[in-house]
Amino acid sequence: MKKLFALLMAALMVVTMFAGCGSAETPATDAAGGEAPATDAAPTAGTIKIGSSGPLTNDYAVYGKAVEYGLTLAFEEINALGGLQFELRVEDDEADAEMAVNAYNTLMDWGMQIMAGPTTSGSAAAAAAECAADGVFMLTPSASDAAVITAGDNVFQICFTDPNQGVGSADFISSHNLATKVGVIYDSSNPYSVGIYTKFMEQAAVVGLEVVAEEAFTADNKADLSTQVTKCQEAGCDLVFLPIYAAEAAQVLTCADKIDYNPAFFGCDGLDGILATEGFDPALAEGVMLLTPFDASSSDPQTQEFVANYTAKFGLEPNQFAADAYDVAYAIYQACTAAGVTADMSAEEICETMIAQFTSMSFDGLTGDGMTWAADGAVSKLPMAVKIENGVYVGVE
Amino acid sequence: MNKIKQYFKTHSYNIATYGIVIIAYVVMQYLSNADMLSRSVNGYLVPICAYIVLAVSLNLVVGISGELSLGHAGFMGVGAFAGIVTAACLQGVVDSDFGRLMAALLVGGVVAGIAGVIVGVPVLRLRGDYLAIVTLAFGEILKNIIGNLYIGKDETGIRVALSQAELHLGAGGKVILSGALGATGVQKLSTFFAGFLLILFTLFVVLNLINSKEGRAIKAVRDNRIAAESVGINVTAFRMKAFVVSAFLAGMAGALYGLNYSAVSASKFGFNTSIDILVFVVLGGMGNILGSVISATVLYVLPEAMRGLADYRMILYAVVLILVMLFTWSPKVKEIMSVVTAKLGGIFKKKEVGTNE
Repeated sequence: MKKLFALLMAALMVVTMFAGCGSAETPATDAAGGEAPATDAAPTAGTIKIGSSGPLTNDYAVYGKAVEYGLTLAFEEINALGGLQFELRVEDDEADAEMAVNAYNTLMDWGMQIMAGPTTSGSAAAAAAECAADGVFMLTPSASDAAVITAGDNVFQICFTDPNQGVGSADFISSHNLATKVGVIYDSSNPYSVGIYTKFMEQAAVVGLEVVAEEAFTADNKADLSTQVTKCQEAGCDLVFLPIYAAEAAQVLTCADKIDYNPAFFGCDGLDGILATEGFDPALAEGVMLLTPFDASSSDPQTQEFVANYTAKFGLEPNQFAADAYDVAYAIYQACTAAGVTADMSAEEICETMIAQFTSMSFDGLTGDGMTWAADGAVSKLPMAVKIENGVYVGVE
Repeated sequence: MNKIKQYFKTHSYNIATYGIVIIAYVVMQYLSNADMLSRSVNGYLVPICAYIVLAVSLNLVVGISGELSLGHAGFMGVGAFAGIVTAACLQGVVDSDFGRLMAALLVGGVVAGIAGVIVGVPVLRLRGDYLAIVTLAFGEILKNIIGNLYIGKDETGIRVALSQAELHLGAGGKVILSGALGATGVQKLSTFFAGFLLILFTLFVVLNLINSKEGRAIKAVRDNRIAAESVGINVTAFRMKAFVVSAFLAGMAGALYGLNYSAVSASKFGFNTSIDILVFVVLGGMGNILGSVISATVLYVLPEAMRGLADYRMILYAVVLILVMLFTWSPKVKEIMSVVTAKLGGIFKKKEVGTNE
């Protein structure tokens, strides 16, 4: 009779499973029911539906949240202008390719017409292929891997690609004579870090930088990075290149301080946000240089307004991810307005016009002036180097 | 008639397992063909199939063989990337997508099975907690190896290296797997039908193994190692059998999973995924194959169904897990359930008596 019980329980669980599926479906069908023609991407009365996804719940939530906030703020401002109206929905993808596809499908059920995400590269590579297959225009704020835009003609980036950052960093260090001996500490399990590292090494050989230490760690063994720092010290590096994220960079700086090792530190856009890292003494970041397209302390009035509004709304200072997302929203708005996109167009129709717009237009945003896009979806804008002085970014010429 | 009845009685569990899987497939396939499923539900079908196979195969090790393995996702990863490389290499050689998928599943399974042998030889000398820790370590090793491999294809054949620069691909060469980024631009081959076939195959292998002479020997080793040894059972050999079969099936599931996404990276196949699969097994019941099938399905759909709760969904998912675990283990619930089943059993018995007369 135990078996009978098992069967009953099984039946019950199967029923609950279908109930689960049903409830997941309801919002989608409801949304479709409220509209006139049942095309797969029919919008509700007059709003263009923008979808995005990012890690809202795990280790990388700080980036996903920043993108969500940046998009939210921008679309609220745009809607207040009274012209085209947008509706935004951001789904959690846990920075995981599988979840990104689930998030994408959920957004498509909702009736998404333009994809303004995902936040991270792994997710974006998976979602980009879906966007390319379905003909949905995709503009990612921060997925910087070069492989993301190879998925299709309709996939665009607003951030620099990782290889560009690697080349840019090597060029910058060599042209400013910042170092004689360079050490690199990178995360070999992270595509962002490896992407920059690889190109940096290639370019370093070209411009004649002497790299004497290449130290790697992985996402699983980053609890203590003192070995890597010590090795750089032993190798006599006077500049340590950090193509990593802020949390790990904070550790590196803390370790270096403990062993009285004071080289110059140079990072990429992942380092942005280091001053706000929890449990990190911002004084240690003095003199750190980084390539970033966004500087929250800039005197540019547009940036100042953005920072003030963002801080008032969300209670924290925006980082480069939020600024990229903000630019994504305005770039989409500019393209939609210029092309006369209306809310009743299907995702495919919007996609066609957006591709034409993006490859021909020039956009001025927080993260750069005169941005243009190549047909492959890569952005062209000037990299900007900043130095941390007295707790704020100061531009370096 | 009586013979058939007898057969159904003794095999009711297996029949129920196959039956539920087949019915679920037919229903979902019908709904999918009739366009009654939303995109997201359609998107869950293949990963659910992969997770069911993973849960059932892990159940063979954890439930039937009684070893706590924490590295199952490692085998899944090996299978996934072996499958992706196979499918990419057969592009242009085998025309049928389904044929390439089947070849990829087979190669994924075999490579993971070989990894299972290599891992199993040192690991299965250990028991209990030690075995758990070492499988965990091997799972991470497998993940890190994949995360540092670069595999490319050009006209001279397949090239394997530890960095992009060392690949030296010739003209027209294509990088299939690039280290930490994993494989991108994978052609999606997996179908729900293939997933369904894989589940049936897995059930066939595992259920038959459990009910065979080997299966009884494996269970004997689990229940009392010394007694099993004393009657002449080769303990290591039988544990190894279960372990390798499990790795083989996990590799096939990995290939199905890998070919369902256009981008797959090694970081997916870490400790967290291993634990997820173990949760499916524990919640479904150790040694209970049907339980694994159902819990894998329910637990996969659950967090997706809770997307409406936004930021709270992962917390609630954890809370639901705790509640279900407590609920099914509560003595009171067990008592109530046993009363209910006894009553239901009574009805059935009476009916049976009635029909016999």
